[in-house]
Amino acid sequence: MLQKVKEQVDGALIETIRQDVWERIRTMDAGQNGYGYDPFGFEPEFLKYVAPPAIALYRHYFRVETFGIENIPESGPVLLVANHTGQIPLDGMMIATAALIDRTPPRMVRSMVERWVPSLPFISKIFARAGQVVGTRENARILLRRGGCILVFPEGQRGINKTYDKAYQLQEFGLGFMRLALATGTPIVPVSVVGAEEQMPTIYDVKSLAKLLGMPAFPITPTWPLLGPLGALPLPVKYRIYFGEPLRFEGDPDEEDRVVGGHVERVREAISQMIERGLEERRGVFF
Amino acid sequence: MKQRSRRPRKERVLITGIGGNLGRAVARRLHRRFEVVGIDRRSVRHMPKDVDIEQVDIRRRRVEDVFRRQRLDAVVHLNIMHDPRSRQDEHHQFNIVGTQKIFELCAEHRVPKVVVLSSADVYGPDPRNDQFLKEDAALMGGQKFEAIRDLIALDMFCNTFFWRHPEIETVILRPVHIVGRVNNAPSRYLRLERPPTIMGFDPMVQLIHVEDVVSAIEKALTPGIRGVFNLAGPSPVPLSFILERLGREPRPMPEPLLKMMLSTAWSLKISDWPVPELDHIKYVCMVDDSLARNQLGFAPSHDLESILHELRPGQRP
Repeated sequence: MLQKVKEQVDGALIETIRQDVWERIRTMDAGQNGYGYDPFGFEPEFLKYVAPPAIALYRHYFRVETFGIENIPESGPVLLVANHTGQIPLDGMMIATAALIDRTPPRMVRSMVERWVPSLPFISKIFARAGQVVGTRENARILLRRGGCILVFPEGQRGINKTYDKAYQLQEFGLGFMRLALATGTPIVPVSVVGAEEQMPTIYDVKSLAKLLGMPAFPITPTWPLLGPLGALPLPVKYRIYFGEPLRFEGDPDEEDRVVGGHVERVREAISQMIERGLEERRGVFF
Repeated sequence: MKQRSRRPRKERVLITGIGGNLGRAVARRLHRRFEVVGIDRRSVRHMPKDVDIEQVDIRRRRVEDVFRRQRLDAVVHLNIMHDPRSRQDEHHQFNIVGTQKIFELCAEHRVPKVVVLSSADVYGPDPRNDQFLKEDAALMGGQKFEAIRDLIALDMFCNTFFWRHPEIETVILRPVHIVGRVNNAPSRYLRLERPPTIMGFDPMVQLIHVEDVVSAIEKALTPGIRGVFNLAGPSPVPLSFILERLGREPRPMPEPLLKMMLSTAWSLKISDWPVPELDHIKYVCMVDDSLARNQLGFAPSHDLESILHELRPGQRP
């Protein structure tokens, strides 16, 4: 009985995904073993549960527009380096969805998640099955060696949890991704997300409360916590995602921070220029 | 007669803790190629006839006689107790002092090879773990689970010995969860008809068949092999997948509830599962076995199907 219901639901979910897209997801070569799992627990089949809501958000809620998505190379290892905004990491989800449904052929984006994610019930399982990987250096190395496409947010928490007065100001970048790119000779595709900053404009971040609750930040927005849980929903802003041309760097990955920081500055500059362009091109926050 | 004397004598191997399931499996595999001597404080049964057995506690003086009597070519040290129910000081004494004693005797009597069976549990399950831990990863298993600390101490002791006695080839093997004809925690868990699981967690796990561990020990006896090696079996799969394939009916429970039940059951002596071991069904603790594959020439011969077959009902050891 339960089995039948599950099959029906699965069937209905799959039907919401475009036929050719699902076909390519199903036959994706992610280096799975004979049982359909890759070493990190990614199961392409599982995307049928994650993709429909992600696609709905992508097409109808945030009405994402992409520019230059062909800059993601067809195959081989690549690092997508993006700005991180909007309190809730939906930007990562939207970039991954873009690469999956707006790019032909699609590419599976694996993002590097925080190290405490595996300690969250349900989320740990869903993230792993959907191809998210704990962000350790060794894990990234393995993925690149397997020809993977990795998404990183070098701003990390500094970027996503900043208040609205710093909107679209890039925060300090970590250097880890550049050392990884230098060590493995991986090209870097800069990515800029414009629009996500307005989904939860934060007036103030109550750091003491965040610490008490064990959360990375406790944002106060015009609607949260004023309107209760409903106020925590992101606003239906319009996302614009820009993909820049691949950048290649050469050098010693064990150089001093100053030298590696110089390379990082070039990536940051590329992202910042695309953000400028996006802000100029858009007509408003919601359309 | 002349020809016979020219043939080299069979090499002699001492197996400590020969009475256990693993000890017996090793003895059965080695006794044709080697002359096998065994010690164990338990009484030993079902052993090939040509295996020489001494029933003695490893910490006793009499153990030295085994080394004195005839030259040993190798020692396989399996005499490591894992019993969460036994008294901690006794447990610690037996493992650490016993190991130290064996190593002292090996150094004194110039045994050229020592193989020690540690475990991948010394790394410990943790959310911050690399998906595949290398041999040089920190041994963090003891941060929550105290009973594993003597295995860590023992593992580190062996490492120290490795550097102090370069003339002796020390091999430390760290296999993942061993299943098959053994009676350890992972295989007992997988034999449960309705195993409890933690709701919302489903880590990737690696299993290894006991016969593959024996093969690795056999390979480790090859002259020239030394160092620490992780051992893993077939490619990893999620825990839920294994339970499904075994036809089990898992009972997912919220973690706080499961912890409470388990600690009550533990204090009432109904269950022998230490509560911190729950992390093994919550977080990953997997190893990178490429060193064993490349240097040791180890390759698991049992695939997941045959491992699961032995865990199915009616296949009790």
